[in-house]
Amino acid sequence: MSAHAITPHDRFEIRPPFLFRWEDSQQAHVLLYPEGIVKLNETGGDILQLCDGKNTVGQIIKQLSQRYCAADETTISNGVLNFLEVSHGKGWIRTTA
Amino acid sequence: MAKAGSEPRLDGGGNPVWLLLELTYQCPLQCAFCSNPRQFADYRQNELSTAEWIDAMSQARALGAMQIGFSGGEPTLRKDLEILVAEADRLGYYTNLITSGIGLTEARLHALKDAGLRHIQLGFQSTDRDVARQLAGVDCWERKLAIARSIKALDFPMVLNVPITRQNIGQVPDIIDFAAELGVEYLELANVQYYNWALLNRDQLMPTREELERAEAAVREARIRLGDRLTLFFVIPDYHEGRPKACMNGWGAIHLTIAPNGDVLPCSQATNFKHLEFPNLRRQRLEAIWHDSPVFKLYRGDAWMPEPCRSCSEKETDFGGCRCQALLLTGSGHEADPACSKSPHHALVRQAVQQAQRARLVDAPLIPRHASQGIGP
Repeated sequence: MSAHAITPHDRFEIRPPFLFRWEDSQQAHVLLYPEGIVKLNETGGDILQLCDGKNTVGQIIKQLSQRYCAADETTISNGVLNFLEVSHGKGWIRTTA
Repeated sequence: MAKAGSEPRLDGGGNPVWLLLELTYQCPLQCAFCSNPRQFADYRQNELSTAEWIDAMSQARALGAMQIGFSGGEPTLRKDLEILVAEADRLGYYTNLITSGIGLTEARLHALKDAGLRHIQLGFQSTDRDVARQLAGVDCWERKLAIARSIKALDFPMVLNVPITRQNIGQVPDIIDFAAELGVEYLELANVQYYNWALLNRDQLMPTREELERAEAAVREARIRLGDRLTLFFVIPDYHEGRPKACMNGWGAIHLTIAPNGDVLPCSQATNFKHLEFPNLRRQRLEAIWHDSPVFKLYRGDAWMPEPCRSCSEKETDFGGCRCQALLLTGSGHEADPACSKSPHHALVRQAVQQAQRARLVDAPLIPRHASQGIGP
């Protein structure tokens, strides 16, 4: 799939039919979809939680840098961009205008 | 309903993540490949009540189940389906309806949408009306097309599930085009698995290897052509593949099925084990059934495994294959699945493939799912 590079101004939201939520029994965020489940690791869950269609990618990176007390924002930035690209490729998220 | 290998490799941490409710075994269709028990009529007087189903959902949710399937028979024959869906949604399940579509109306679709239903899996036999009638035992083709369009008009995510047999395998390219035109998200071409009614009709249903290869080529071509528009699943037929399916991700691992009468099963085919006494919701709590009942512990893990499974490098991939298939073909559920080329009983599967090819020359009629035929072997 040809996807253009993600920019700091992009906004993402969870793409139907995926349902994103916290699951107590797994102590993790999960994505539920027809006949399937994806269990997310902690950072993946943190990133998708901020994909609410309002936050820009730049804002997500800022917020997570603060939350993780990161000395170097570049590492966080690379991690977030990479995860968003994978999530987009898997159809979990879509861009909003 | 068993989906070979399509389940997520999600660790339930020893708890169920998938709950399948077989609300009723009644059905207006008479599909020759039906996976319901041949004695389906015996369950009719003994179906769980609305309150009992709600209690079951609640108990399973507390154990960790996240996905729920409303199945049957035809689940829309239950007048309380909307109530059950609403309760499942409230409990936090991802709700899936597995239906023939016969029994659905636009009004009910609206009500189900309002109740929180998230996904509909519609069973479909063929784009060819005569073939569809032959497989389903009744003529419901136009009704099915109409309800498929209504489901999409209401914007439900939809899986079109087509059990693949000799009769409809030639129509796979047409079926793919139909699914793409309809705008469904997923098309599942599920090669029929031979249990219950399908096993009874095995000689008449099984396609040849050449037919499977042609269908698979059509699927590959369509995946390239359609890209993201349609996700195509082609469930590998284990009889031809030489590899067993990772049935249910292992017995008692993540799946829980509840039969219309409240029997709790590791999979919907488990009732083929006639000598087992299945735990029942009316007598026991689900938690005790899942963790402690002899039925659920019978093939859980790998301690039960004989050779060649026990020392096999693939045992954590396929879990020894399907216990029910081992039982039905070898007479013992403790054997390796004969679909596996390493099984000492693999010749049974090869013979079945050859026998089905010979049976083509005779072209005997399909035996429809009907109460009058419901006598076990």
